[in-house]
Amino acid sequence: MALTGIEIYKHLPKTNCKECGQPTCLAFAMKLAQKGIELSKCPHVSPEAAAALEAAAKPPMRLVTIGVGDKKLEVGNETVLFRHEKTFLNPTGIMVRVADNQPAAEVESLVAEVASYSLERVGMELRPNGFAVDNRSHNPSSFAQCVATIRAKSQLPLVLISQDPSALETALEKVGQERPLIYAADSHNSEGVIKLAKKYQCPLAIRAEDGLGQLAELSDLAAKAGVEDIVLDPGTRGFASSLEALTQIRRLALKKNFRPLGYPVITFPGEGAATPEEEVLLAGEHVAKYANIIVLDHFSPGHAYPLLTLRQNIYTDPQKPIQVSPGMYTIGSPRDNSPLLITTNFSLTYFSVAGEVEASGFPSWLLIADTEGLSVLTSWAAGKFDAEKIAKTVKGFNAQDSVRHRKLIIPGAVAVLRGELEDELSGWEIMVGPREAVDIGGFLKRVWAN
Amino acid sequence: MPPVETPVEKWAGKIHEVNLGGDARRLVVGGETTLPFLHFEGAIPHPPAVAVEVQDRPPASWAPELRASWGEAMEDPASWAKKAVEYGADLIVLYLSSAHPDDQNTGPQEAKKTVTRVLSTVDAPLIILGPGIAEKDNEVLVAAAEAAAGRRVALGFCEQKNYRTIIAACMANNHVAVAKTPVEINLAKQLNILICDMGLAPDSILMDPTTGALGYGLEYTYSVMERLRLAGLQGDKMAAMPMFCTVGEEAWRQKEARATEGIPAAWGDIATRALRWEELTAMTLLLAGADVVVLRHPQVVQRIKATIQKLMTKE
Repeated sequence: MALTGIEIYKHLPKTNCKECGQPTCLAFAMKLAQKGIELSKCPHVSPEAAAALEAAAKPPMRLVTIGVGDKKLEVGNETVLFRHEKTFLNPTGIMVRVADNQPAAEVESLVAEVASYSLERVGMELRPNGFAVDNRSHNPSSFAQCVATIRAKSQLPLVLISQDPSALETALEKVGQERPLIYAADSHNSEGVIKLAKKYQCPLAIRAEDGLGQLAELSDLAAKAGVEDIVLDPGTRGFASSLEALTQIRRLALKKNFRPLGYPVITFPGEGAATPEEEVLLAGEHVAKYANIIVLDHFSPGHAYPLLTLRQNIYTDPQKPIQVSPGMYTIGSPRDNSPLLITTNFSLTYFSVAGEVEASGFPSWLLIADTEGLSVLTSWAAGKFDAEKIAKTVKGFNAQDSVRHRKLIIPGAVAVLRGELEDELSGWEIMVGPREAVDIGGFLKRVWAN
Repeated sequence: MPPVETPVEKWAGKIHEVNLGGDARRLVVGGETTLPFLHFEGAIPHPPAVAVEVQDRPPASWAPELRASWGEAMEDPASWAKKAVEYGADLIVLYLSSAHPDDQNTGPQEAKKTVTRVLSTVDAPLIILGPGIAEKDNEVLVAAAEAAAGRRVALGFCEQKNYRTIIAACMANNHVAVAKTPVEINLAKQLNILICDMGLAPDSILMDPTTGALGYGLEYTYSVMERLRLAGLQGDKMAAMPMFCTVGEEAWRQKEARATEGIPAAWGDIATRALRWEELTAMTLLLAGADVVVLRHPQVVQRIKATIQKLMTKE
């Protein structure tokens, strides 16, 4: 919770010396509250006041970086409870668990599958973020060996899971420079594990078995020992209990500015689910409600794709709707006698139209005009989806080479453009489609049946 | 270090409780005084209900995986509804699809017959939906409302451009209205106000904020539902209607649930992907406040039922 201008003002010298460039200390305080100026511009602020103000200016949830290089994972720094209030900022990291008692060949094939998994959706790459190596063998050398096996195949960020500080250290000797997340300090091993986090300068997860009070105590202990990058595991595993704990942590951090819980949260949906299918659902819950890192016990493309899509949806900035790239899209496998439709590049418009065309069973060509992310009526009203723009889109993407016929279906909401368009696109017949996407199936059935 | 205090929000409002069904089997949805499944904060007197979508004629366009899952039951809406109840449906959504002019263009007589047969076969409460063409909706829903008198069904969709006839039928026969608006909080409230102005009680409305499937506008639906639920809990009675989501229809409409050829290996196997698509859409909207989710695949029905039970159980 940021301080108000008045609260900041109380800490200032109140001399109105103007050396900061502001007319008064109060004006400076107001500007500082809006983050329009730096505290360092005030030459006379006392060290005590500066410390108090800096602590209050810290983000309510710390940003924690796991891994190094271009594949590093940044989580936390969230500022809202509901995405519509602003946006969620740093998408949930999705890590896949690798047990160190699996045969090396199994580890290798799992790592290869996860590391190469990638797909594109509305212009963005979807992929898992790394691996969580689990010391199931309870043997330090198997743990280090497993880490080495993974590293031979992939440079993605790691979580190191063990209760045993000596096992953690054998792994950290190999990868301690790469900022793996150490999991976890709990009430039994906190001293040794906190030491490791300090020694290797790595982010540290802490796990409570006994509620948020214990979690806060452990986090406080780690912070006092000088560990800055902390990740929280409240220890809850089920659908209801984890929703409750994660909601409370997020509220305490953001609304109460409760520092000991102002960190990202890690969850293990596989531990609360009876089947891989249920694990996906619980992971979905955690994506929507407040997990910053999720460790999956099972990985398969048919589960990963929907889950990664959900993460993309939830973390889309509500103020900046996703735009679809303008161009010629195919629905099914259209041929040169298939319908040709045009609409705008607002993602929801595109998805509605593409979905209905898909469901209609007519393979089709779908031309997407660049309307700067506006819907049909809005872009028409703004002059971004007029006859000229449509004609330019048809010609620009060489629609005439895709279809043998010369028929273009335009959205019913811009039926008025028909005459003008037939002038702009000589030789083309302009067909007026339905106003609502939901009627596209019936429309195509009527006009394109043969 | 200060002790950890449970951060509880105080809500002034309560979601309306909507009663459905006849003497043999009643169902109540709504009544929450807190956000979804936050048992530490308020009351959630009724679990969200799982509805199964049944069509009044076999839906030829449904994905093969879906058709295979219901088999011959799809030939007859009454047998289909019966099977849906066996899979755990709390209620049945009966789509009078055959009344669409592009379909069989059936009329009120057929609608009446279908509704009567389904009602005499299952005790589960019914939500009856027209084909989505105003004129036809009015015709078949009025007939359905009369056929279902005494069983308190829900009728939809009431939309801004067409709600009067359906609301009159609800009022005449003590039914519930399903009010549908296009993913916008103010339009949703406005339609509720218009409906209440006609004299239908606020506890006789379910609102459908329009469902976007996973990957196809889910985030818009999710946020509009969160905002509506927050408004309802903050005391806005015209935003406090239980919410109704056509999850199955939207999820199975998408390429991810249908395409079997020419797709990237990263999409995984069709059955796995399609079922997860429907389940994750349902799961996410339940967390945004859905009180009724309408599903299609029997396995999804079972899994979402089980999940709701877990979400309703304090561990």
